[in-house]
Amino acid sequence: MNNTEVYGQQLTKSYGEHQALNGLYFEINRGEIFGFIGPDGAGKTSLFRILTTLLLPDSGVANVAGLDVVKQYRQLRLILGYMPQKFSLYTDLTVRENLDFFAGIFKVKVKENLYLVDQIYGQLQPFESRRAGDLSGGMKQKLALSCALIHKPRVLILDEPTTGVDAVSRQEFWEMLLLLKKEGITILVSTPYMDEARLCDRIALMQHGIIMATGSPVEIISGFSKNLFRLKPDNTLTALHQLRQMSGIHRAEMFGAYIHLSTSSEIKTPAAVAQKLQSGNIHYTMLEAIEPGIEDCFIELMQQTSEP
Amino acid sequence: MKRFVIKEFLHIFRDIRTMVILFGMPVVQVLLFGFAITTDIKDAWISVVDPSHDQVTLAIQDKLFASGYFREAEKSNSPEDIEEQFRYGKIKMVVVFESGFGKKLQRGEQPSVQLITDASDPNTARLLVNYAGGIINDYTTSLNPNTPALPLVLPESRMLYNPSLKSVFMFVPGIITILLMLVSAMMTSISIAREKETGTMEVLLVSPLKPYQIIIGKVLPYVLLSFINAVIILIMSYFVFNVPMQGNLILLLVETILFIILALSLGIFISTVSNNQQTAMMLSMFALMLPTILLSGFIFPIENMPEVLQWLSVLMPPRWFIVIIKSIMLKGTGLFYFWQETLILIGMTGIFIGASIMKFKVRLA
Repeated sequence: MNNTEVYGQQLTKSYGEHQALNGLYFEINRGEIFGFIGPDGAGKTSLFRILTTLLLPDSGVANVAGLDVVKQYRQLRLILGYMPQKFSLYTDLTVRENLDFFAGIFKVKVKENLYLVDQIYGQLQPFESRRAGDLSGGMKQKLALSCALIHKPRVLILDEPTTGVDAVSRQEFWEMLLLLKKEGITILVSTPYMDEARLCDRIALMQHGIIMATGSPVEIISGFSKNLFRLKPDNTLTALHQLRQMSGIHRAEMFGAYIHLSTSSEIKTPAAVAQKLQSGNIHYTMLEAIEPGIEDCFIELMQQTSEP
Repeated sequence: MKRFVIKEFLHIFRDIRTMVILFGMPVVQVLLFGFAITTDIKDAWISVVDPSHDQVTLAIQDKLFASGYFREAEKSNSPEDIEEQFRYGKIKMVVVFESGFGKKLQRGEQPSVQLITDASDPNTARLLVNYAGGIINDYTTSLNPNTPALPLVLPESRMLYNPSLKSVFMFVPGIITILLMLVSAMMTSISIAREKETGTMEVLLVSPLKPYQIIIGKVLPYVLLSFINAVIILIMSYFVFNVPMQGNLILLLVETILFIILALSLGIFISTVSNNQQTAMMLSMFALMLPTILLSGFIFPIENMPEVLQWLSVLMPPRWFIVIIKSIMLKGTGLFYFWQETLILIGMTGIFIGASIMKFKVRLA
């Protein structure tokens, strides 16, 4: 049985000179949480707008739940749940009025599907008569999700739902998505946060309008072939500069106060790295071998694709 | 749909500024135009030069000052004096009697009176001459019914429909028209543009709502509120300013609704071409308000405009509605007399609604 719920083929979209999407190909399975990971300007929003029938692709085909996003946009709009990047609520309406309105335009009763959003809406219930504009960022996000879910969509598309939301709310939000997945809803989510990637079933790493890699977080990480070390130097910037000049150092990237160092195959152990550092007279307080994260993979892929 | 209309009403009632524009402004405007901005003659300062100083001239002066239109400024005695007073703007008109005015009249001759006005404000000057001439003529004819009208009196002209030339009669139709235009067109265009600006339009588009449902949902509340508005203005003008209601009230209301729908469709059209509230507001202000006020014949008579502007004024919906509303309220005529204007309004409505539905994007770009 074909399990594909969403797919895109050779999707391109440009705004004048700017090429936002550069020939995307992807397949998303029914009932999975699929994450599009990439920095701002990677083309995530353009892609989601095409999938939600809001934009027409310049070329290529996209299909959601068996419906073509260009030709069958009317039917598609019935089964999509969409939460744009900017929480699109009516700030002058109360929490409850917002929910009633969105239920109304999909011609469903709030009561029927309230169980779906019980978890999050439960937290909003005490503020039902408060205006949406007076809610905190995290609360607004929960309300926006409730509104996007109230008609029980088959496919839920969330454009950077956790941007600008506090850590606790982000946590709760992802717990909610995992619950929705159990309801059989296919969820597409985009995020610039690499740490959220591991919560997805599968992810696509995006940069400059192309998908650099697709797979489960584990698959993506296992594709990272270099040795990776974490280093805390006394002076991060000078150390970074020096390291990049050295032979045998594949790549050096700043991660907060640390430097992630990937090395060529002959430098395998921290001791070997230490030797290298000593020769360059780089002082450090900590050095260890680490497992790569999504971000390491992302940077690695990014450099690979930009090098001819 | 129902939900959409409820939502729209909530938007309107929750926003104090919207409410003020919707209901505060009409009342203030009517009162302003009715009371303050008036071209009526009231207590105009005039002075009298009366060398004959007889019974008749004194009686005429009494009549003039008792009329309520004129007030006596300080006496002038010489022509230089008069000139001076005009220069300083102290007086609007001078009435100069011939010497031996009363005697001439008794002899059955025609004495003359000279009315000198400050014509830097031609409208007022014309009105002053008309009023004063009327009063003088009335009095002298009443003294001697056989005396023909004094030569100074302009050919007798009776003011039809607005005998005392009350400006409020002229303004009320204009105000109704302009307010409906402003409220309907500007409010709807802003409210659709707001959805685009805040991003809620994105969500509305990704819903089963069809363009016409969104448009009707937006328009319906404003039709109702604008209609209430029009009724408030009509009631106020009837009771506060005694503007007559000669014609059929139902017909007037039907025509009003037609005009409201026209203004709303224009508003929607504006919103389809503007992406944020600011643009929508600017477009309604400059593309609608100013031409409406200046070219509709509300303030400046269309016949006096240069030909190019006359042609432009043909495109102004308010121009036609003002004709209709004046015909019904002041002349009391029926549809037979302005079916052409009505047809023009219907045609314009159709064009704007059609254009809006064509221009309404079912996608973002």
